[in-house]
Amino acid sequence: MILVYVDHDRGVLDELSLQAVSAAVALGQPVETVLIGANATTAAPRLGEFGVTNAHIAIDPRLTDYAPQAAGRAVAELVTSLSPVAVLAVGSPRGNEVLAHVGAILDLPFAADCTGISLGSGSFDVTRNRWAGNVIEEAVVHASTLIASTAPHAFTADPVIGSTPATVHEFTPTLTDADVAVRIIDRTGGGGGGGVGLAEAKVVVSGGRGVGGDGFGPLEELAELLGGAVGCSRVVTSAGWRPHAEQVGQTGTKVAPDLYIACGISGATQHIAGCKNAKTMIAINTDPEATIMSYADYAIVGDVSTVLPAIVDAVRAAKS
Amino acid sequence: MNIAVCIKRVPLSPGRWTLTADGTAIDTSGSAMGWTLSPHEECAVEAAVQLAEGGGTVTAISLGTPESAEQIRDVMAVGVDRGLLLETDGAEWDPQATAGAILDAIRNDDTAFDMVILGTESADTGDYQVGVRIAHALGWPIVTNVKGLSVSDGVARCERVAGSEREVYEVALPAVISVKDGLNIPRYPSVPGRIKARKKPIDTSTPAHPGQRLEKKSLALPPQEVGTAEVIGSGPDAAPKVVEILKEIGVLT
Repeated sequence: MILVYVDHDRGVLDELSLQAVSAAVALGQPVETVLIGANATTAAPRLGEFGVTNAHIAIDPRLTDYAPQAAGRAVAELVTSLSPVAVLAVGSPRGNEVLAHVGAILDLPFAADCTGISLGSGSFDVTRNRWAGNVIEEAVVHASTLIASTAPHAFTADPVIGSTPATVHEFTPTLTDADVAVRIIDRTGGGGGGGVGLAEAKVVVSGGRGVGGDGFGPLEELAELLGGAVGCSRVVTSAGWRPHAEQVGQTGTKVAPDLYIACGISGATQHIAGCKNAKTMIAINTDPEATIMSYADYAIVGDVSTVLPAIVDAVRAAKS
Repeated sequence: MNIAVCIKRVPLSPGRWTLTADGTAIDTSGSAMGWTLSPHEECAVEAAVQLAEGGGTVTAISLGTPESAEQIRDVMAVGVDRGLLLETDGAEWDPQATAGAILDAIRNDDTAFDMVILGTESADTGDYQVGVRIAHALGWPIVTNVKGLSVSDGVARCERVAGSEREVYEVALPAVISVKDGLNIPRYPSVPGRIKARKKPIDTSTPAHPGQRLEKKSLALPPQEVGTAEVIGSGPDAAPKVVEILKEIGVLT
């Protein structure tokens, strides 16, 4: 059996976590999931659509919102009682964090950001990202139980035909006050974007050095017209032109939108690591030799300050 | 407040990596190859220096080859007071081994640390766990992925970005905080800072390698996508074609 940690946000299932579920199903083992907090109960049966037989839910009145160490403790307790061959989660900030806690609690190795997993006995072969996917590592995990996260978008979430709803099993983990001490106590709105979140946006209009500090107006307009979000390169946030929450790249947000429009972005590896999973990429750059052009599907050679307003006008006309 | 900040010497990204002939390591022999810290760690150092400005010390801890002293000197130039170099022979240390070596250094040091600050993951191996393992061993709380940090009355208030929101966490010190690039704007070293750094102490020790449980076998480069972009025009004249593409892929209906 493979146990998958499925994240949720106040009862709303994390779609990325379904990728880890499908990665587990593909390994040919029964798949069970673990979710944290009573507010996951209504969302859990849907996991059956993706091939999950049993959904375990950790119940404790203190688990009203995300609490990483408590989550790690609850997952570790299930690992001890159910003895899965592997424990997976998606390599999101939360997925990696919870599995790191599980690894620390059980003194087991943890392989983050895997793009390939083979099960074994006493050791496991994994393929994983280094340098945010710019280098690929083949590694062996020496452990009785594999703990691994799947690189976001390395696997697709696939519904299983003829599936039935997952059976929900509630359990009460043994949690200390220290386990629940680290938890979300408040939220403040907007990391700067205000509208659609960058990570889940279907369209990202992203700007680099070539846009200039005062040139983001047309990017915001186009993003709004297409129901998307504004992103930017590291140069832009370092210059203080845009908030850090909008940074796409190895150290920023990794996105996989339907459309990525790269405006005045040269294509440094640090940036490509964050946007290479876009389904379609359009690059606008004055330099036809810019690195970004070799990653894009479509290229427009020209200055963003004249090209983008023309696109905004054309899109607006097409919508009306 | 006494703070330990963990740093790792990594090669500067050249755009596209080259591997050694046996495919087990990045080729760092090129003359243009430089070395640096992960971006997250530059922010960790800046946060530590800022917090200690109100009174306290900052100790940089680095597990790495003897050349890692160069990165310790670099962070001393921006205000770190002293360094602990945990010297290796260049062999890889997996995240469990790394956490163990740093933990021993923290426990054996005469300084009673109030905080350990480090990057959420290193730029090279991207393991996302060294801070968490250190926190568990010390019995301290940890907040990871931190993009906003302030400390008052022995409590660290941490913010992290989730979607379009910022989540707020509060933990009592001592605590481990693992941060992300964007937490702050790291300062540049000044000339006097560089001169002062030369005289600051670095204590060197040689931890014993406990063995790899996450063991690298080989490295490879992902297939390079070359020049597949279809040039759809130059200048504003390309706009109608963009609308066509948006309709084709269903972004515009």
